[in-house]
Amino acid sequence: MSAGSQAEAAVSTERRASGMTFTLEIWRQRNADDPGRMVAYEATRVSPDMSFLEMLDLLNEELMRKGEEPFAFDSDCREGICGMCGLVINGVAHGPGTGTTTCQLYMRLFKNGSRIRVEPWRARAFPVVRDLVVDRSAFDRIIQAGGYTSVNTGSAPDANATLISQARAEEAMDSAACIGCGACVASCKNASAMLFVAAKVKHLGVLPQGQPERRQRGVTMLETMQEEGFGNCTNEYECEAVCPKEISTSNIAFLNREYIRNLVSLSSLRPLVTSE
Amino acid sequence: MATLNSRVPGGPLAQKWERHQFELKLVNPANKRHHSVIVVGTGLAGASAAATLAELGYNVLSFCLQDSPRRAHSIAAQGGINAAKNYQNDGDSVFRLFYDTIKGGDYRSREANVHRLAEISSNIIDQCVAQGVPFAREYGGTLTNRSFGGAQVSRTFYARGQTGQQLLLGAYSALMRQVAAGRVQLFPRSEMLEPVIVDGHMRGIVTRNLCSGEMQSWAADAVVLATGGYGNVFFLSTNAKASNVTATWRAHRRGAFFANPCFTQIHPTCIPVSGDFQSKLTLMSESLRNDGRVWVPTTAGDGRTPDQIPEAERDYYLERRYPGFGNLVPRDVASRAAKAVCDDGLGVGSAGRSVYLDFVEAIKRDGLDVIRQKYGNLFQMYEEITNEDPYKTPMRIYPAVHYTMGGLWVDYDLMSNLPGLFVLGEANFSDHGANRLGASALMQGLADGYFVIPYTLGGYLAGTRLGEVTTEHPAFAEAEAAASERIDSLLAVRGKRTVDDFHRELGLLLWDHCGMARNASGLTQALERVRQIREEFWQNVTVLGTPGEFNQVLERAGRVADFMEFAETMTRDALERDESCGGHFREEHQTGEGEARRDDDNFAHVAAWEFTGVGQDPVLHKEPLVFENVSLSQRSYK
Repeated sequence: MSAGSQAEAAVSTERRASGMTFTLEIWRQRNADDPGRMVAYEATRVSPDMSFLEMLDLLNEELMRKGEEPFAFDSDCREGICGMCGLVINGVAHGPGTGTTTCQLYMRLFKNGSRIRVEPWRARAFPVVRDLVVDRSAFDRIIQAGGYTSVNTGSAPDANATLISQARAEEAMDSAACIGCGACVASCKNASAMLFVAAKVKHLGVLPQGQPERRQRGVTMLETMQEEGFGNCTNEYECEAVCPKEISTSNIAFLNREYIRNLVSLSSLRPLVTSE
Repeated sequence: MATLNSRVPGGPLAQKWERHQFELKLVNPANKRHHSVIVVGTGLAGASAAATLAELGYNVLSFCLQDSPRRAHSIAAQGGINAAKNYQNDGDSVFRLFYDTIKGGDYRSREANVHRLAEISSNIIDQCVAQGVPFAREYGGTLTNRSFGGAQVSRTFYARGQTGQQLLLGAYSALMRQVAAGRVQLFPRSEMLEPVIVDGHMRGIVTRNLCSGEMQSWAADAVVLATGGYGNVFFLSTNAKASNVTATWRAHRRGAFFANPCFTQIHPTCIPVSGDFQSKLTLMSESLRNDGRVWVPTTAGDGRTPDQIPEAERDYYLERRYPGFGNLVPRDVASRAAKAVCDDGLGVGSAGRSVYLDFVEAIKRDGLDVIRQKYGNLFQMYEEITNEDPYKTPMRIYPAVHYTMGGLWVDYDLMSNLPGLFVLGEANFSDHGANRLGASALMQGLADGYFVIPYTLGGYLAGTRLGEVTTEHPAFAEAEAAASERIDSLLAVRGKRTVDDFHRELGLLLWDHCGMARNASGLTQALERVRQIREEFWQNVTVLGTPGEFNQVLERAGRVADFMEFAETMTRDALERDESCGGHFREEHQTGEGEARRDDDNFAHVAAWEFTGVGQDPVLHKEPLVFENVSLSQRSYK
């Protein structure tokens, strides 16, 4: 080993042995009926190469060794694609990274010794299950309201029968990249799911396969969004800022155009805005 | 004693499936709604099966343990999906895809199943496009393809590096449409803990509601398991954190045979382990090997940074050993070669357990922009995780557990030896033999769910006289009691060590002795050690909280307890299979050049294990593999 890399290795070993230290304030809530509260914990010996969730794993392991119940949080793939994880870190959905999920945040982004507040997604439509875990099944019900093409297995024509320009396919893919994590809702002051709905409406709306049901789709999905208790969009653009897949608010503009056009042609449907 | 009947239909290979479809009995359309089917798992296989069965009119109950069916681990597949469309006019055909899959699997899979898979592959692409899956396209608007995993034709369809995500969202949307139509009842955050067998037929399951902790019984006319693979037995793998063996292992404990559990795939291009805290490993798409060159220094312990090591002191070992395929050799070959150089002390990185994947030459040849366009998202992901810029310094990679070819034994109809229990996707053993080719997992999951199970399940229901069974049957109470008792025992241990602590220990042991290279003495030791770890687990694990609430540690404890039992069968299978084939490399059986040496005279069979009790030797059943359409040859990638 050269002197340089030896020194480098020594530094990194030392940093790992002593590690970084953080004060974490974590939302604890036993179940949906519990009012909940913030509880402070010390996380020590944190390596800068740890992901944020690995740091939480470490803290939970320590709690359990002391006989204390760990806090609950969701995660699954831990590579930023399943949409299962999601924490509000220091007030920002998915924390300080740009275009990343919580599981892809690394501790080297945080200042050693700092305080970090960790909260669940907060929205009426996402009730807390426990601690940092929320119920996002409202998103499934929005998709059930039209986020598909009605084509049964076996009835599809040859895949090359319809030509789709590369630009059009890429445009659809930009919207289809949504992982359904709910950060858009968590960051919105109205807890609106407009970006989520818009991404699906645009994904199918720009493709020929989505045309037969295009007129209903935007309306029924938006109606369901409201029924589930999500708010409406007032153009704050917070959703776009936190979206781990950097889905653009231009999707919402597309949705609005679809909605107005379709509402005119579907005037038999009841009006979207209902008073409570 | 049970016998294994693969029920492969007669006739020429290319006509078996069509003939079988005709021979399968049909359920009267008006009667379908009177049949309930349980589908466990909502990945590519489970979601496509549940949606398609519901479209046909069956009453479907769909379960998954994530908070939404859209989050199943199929979503993380990056590279693509194979299909024998021959859109590129480059010589592909159903037979070539069949042949490549059989050969890639090192002749340890069933000809008839693999041929059916190749036949169906084209329909999958049609179906997915109709759903709105935004596959990559040419300027003229047709679908584009790439060559993948060493295939000599371009048959892989892809949607950027997120093919699994897009295919799963397609299947998920079809499933949501059926939920809206009232033909599928959805049960997210539900974990299957026991299967229920009545009069020799699979008639239901017991689940734990992960939010409330409540045990619930569900009765049906058939059960479909699409619960994925068991790669997390190694603790560190590219699988999602919740991926587990519990559903298939619980079915195994009640009589379903587990086939070829030692066949695991170690993927060559993953980000290396960087510390003890690591919770999972991240795959970097295999497509990187199309342009990256793999090398290590020629001198052990060379501590220089890669840019300081001159060309003459680098060993591009894949190009040297396999001049024909170079950096594009199949996954098992590339993984073993990386292990070999690291074992010789040539590995790089602080722990010496990684090799360089270098893009300098590709950047020089094609320009930075071209490389950025091809791999930009992967390079970015790598930098986020490692804090190193792969445009400037070579990536460091090392193999990691990625996929499991073994699974519950199934016949041609994808039914296990337990009548009424069907197993799809990675959870079964059927199509990939001893090594899976790239872009074939997505193909198999969707083939099973969209195009096989709708026929074969109907054939079973139409051809079987099933009595009325409700959850009042005592078999359900017994299964619920068994599941509750296990949970109570986990909570009652009140020991000192955490669940993850045990899981890590088990994983490291298996990685060392039942990983990329295995030998009789290591496997024998591991068998002994697995038993000891399991015993200590049941005496010293700490599981806090109560059963009647959302309790993630309790969930994990149950899964790890099952891995502890499964590990023994996996190790036993690896010991019993005294040959090398595909991903199963027994050091005793290699050619002079270090390649896997098969023993077709003694091991051209499926090893299907029957459970006899925890810690007791399982009984081995062999299904001979008969090859009538391909000749067995030594794989060569020179």
